[in-house]
Amino acid sequence: MKLAARLALATAVSAVFAGSAFAENIKIAFIDPLSGPFAATGVNGVKQFEHAIDVLVNDQGGVLGGRELELVPFDNKISAQESLVQLQVAIDQGIRFIAQGNSSGVANALTDAINKHNRRNPEDRVLFLNYSAVDPALTNDKCNFWHFRFDAHAGIKMDALTDVMAENEDLSKVYIIGQDYSFGKAVAAAAVSNLETKRPDVEIVGNELHPIGKVKDFTPYARKIVASEADAVITGNWGSDMIGLGKAILESGFDGPIYTYYAAADGITATFGEAGKGSLRLVAEGQLNPPPSPEAQAIYESFKARHPEPEANISQARVYNTIKMLSMAIEEAGTADDVVAVADALSGMETEGVWGGMLKMREQDHQLIQNVHIMAHTDENITFDYDGSGFGVYAAETVEMASADIETTCKMRRP
Amino acid sequence: MDLFLVNIIDGLVTGLLLFMLSAGLTLIFSMMGVLNFAHASFFMLGAYFAYTISVYMGFWMGLLLAPPIVGFLGAMTEKYGLRRVHKFGHVPELIFTFGLALLIEEVVTFIWGKSQVPYAPPEILNFVAFSIAGNTVAAYKVFMIFISIGIFLVLLYILTKTRVGMIIQAALSHPQTVEALGHNVPRVFMGVFGVGTALAGVAGVIAGPIGQGTFPGMAFILGSIVFVTIVVGGLGSLWGALIASLLIGWVTTFAASYNLRLGDLLELVGFTQPEILSESLFRDAWTLTLPQVGPILPYLLMVLILVFRPYGLLGKRDA
Repeated sequence: MKLAARLALATAVSAVFAGSAFAENIKIAFIDPLSGPFAATGVNGVKQFEHAIDVLVNDQGGVLGGRELELVPFDNKISAQESLVQLQVAIDQGIRFIAQGNSSGVANALTDAINKHNRRNPEDRVLFLNYSAVDPALTNDKCNFWHFRFDAHAGIKMDALTDVMAENEDLSKVYIIGQDYSFGKAVAAAAVSNLETKRPDVEIVGNELHPIGKVKDFTPYARKIVASEADAVITGNWGSDMIGLGKAILESGFDGPIYTYYAAADGITATFGEAGKGSLRLVAEGQLNPPPSPEAQAIYESFKARHPEPEANISQARVYNTIKMLSMAIEEAGTADDVVAVADALSGMETEGVWGGMLKMREQDHQLIQNVHIMAHTDENITFDYDGSGFGVYAAETVEMASADIETTCKMRRP
Repeated sequence: MDLFLVNIIDGLVTGLLLFMLSAGLTLIFSMMGVLNFAHASFFMLGAYFAYTISVYMGFWMGLLLAPPIVGFLGAMTEKYGLRRVHKFGHVPELIFTFGLALLIEEVVTFIWGKSQVPYAPPEILNFVAFSIAGNTVAAYKVFMIFISIGIFLVLLYILTKTRVGMIIQAALSHPQTVEALGHNVPRVFMGVFGVGTALAGVAGVIAGPIGQGTFPGMAFILGSIVFVTIVVGGLGSLWGALIASLLIGWVTTFAASYNLRLGDLLELVGFTQPEILSESLFRDAWTLTLPQVGPILPYLLMVLILVFRPYGLLGKRDA
């Protein structure tokens, strides 16, 4: 090879490297189930994250003068052990931001591992963006400086739910039922303590846990609920346990409200259809119906334009707030490599939510305070339905900045 | 008392549904010695086929068309799959059906997705048949009871009163003799396998719209309980399958209905609950309730049967 050619090649190669270092994408590792029984939720999460990144950041010119965000999905098979392996892979690839949400068990393992890693390796610290795991402990006993939660935790949701329930004068008997594991127990405990203080006259006529994923027929449970003459049911069930319980209760002649955490999207809305109308309620953040603003409506429409298939829905609206706040924090910190500066910018940040209302990342425990809605399963006034079924959730009642002053046991150590 | 009556009806529905699954399986198992792990998968296929047909032609066409399709697939599975691995012995057969169950689940996920599909009972049965103390019983459940009993009677007639039934009965206990008499035993096997899977298909069609609905995990949930039913009932016995199914239906229904604590029972026989429960070695024993142990009761029943009556309640042959 001639000298001139070599020189040209070397120049070209170095130019490519220099260029890529300059405009390198800021990567976010997405560690959630992409195979196995919960893959539908994970795959839908990837779609929402990628859309949020494009519509909120990259299409607006990126951050730090033109750098783009990029999602790197990792499959954790919803196992804590596998998540730690994937976390290490992500860190080794130089990724600074870790997003995870499905399963509080996984989140608990990740937050411990990240805390340890950041203490030992100050040169390549990472941030944990928890967009869905709602175990209250994550922003209480187990909190740390690196963990930020963008969903309202189980206690906050129950606080909002019982605020609304307490105003219902006709309510006199409540039945609590859930899956027999940490989350189901947390929901039951929060329901009991909240109702006892807000409505001491309300009688809790049932409080039970059923084996998770093992019950073939929920009819006997539903019969007990009807026989107890409860006016309302509270459950934290998800997945097929939610469908089985909900359908059995409705088929048994119960016509009061069923307050749930997760009875929407991923096939659940379509399966309930007409039967759930007037009974099913959902306590959640992120108002889709009615669309809170023309901008929010445009965002959902562009999502459906990209993913017209009925099973693709914006079911985790908080993903958009996560991306919005992260990009703002990177911009404010002026860097995407020094995560301490980014975390400082995130901590205490106040901004407008993508789906209306305000967002405030509490400094003392890194729990996002936002509006929480009690949504009704219905087909009336639904702009954006779930599962292509015509049915969706309508924000019937709103608790503004829910539990903004909720107590926390968090003693955060800043680096 | 009201709740008791309601539970009797609910247990009957669960039990009869279980019977339709186990009736086919018990014939297949006793005849061919094949533990068909994929049996519940054919149940799931029935539900999915019926759902797809119901989208275009309504529920009733689904009920009519889905079971024969499932039965045909079952017969083909026997002819081109099981019969070929049969000569290598029971373990390859077991692995074959196990693999088939996994394959069917993946195919179903591939075609219909991982989420529940909106398969609903027909409009015409969408009313309350009657109610007992506020607890309503849907007309659809009454329909399920009648269709299950109808299928039982038809099966009983075929097996005991017709020539085909007699050949099947004979092939159950003396396959060599039947073959020596000039009957085509492999074809009998194929027919039984087809009818057995078609029955599972019927169960899928009518169970798909209730309970947890139609989703890829529905086969897995039912898979093991069906084997319990045929072991308890006795191999090859239709009456045994019926009695065991109803027994298991009622046991699980009643167990989930009454919040009895094991602690209360222990106190009744003279133990006292330790004051600091969280430090007691037996804290689980004190807090356990009947609904929590409900799902394992059928397995307990199976263990007891295997210990005291290994050939099942009505089984004739010492397996």
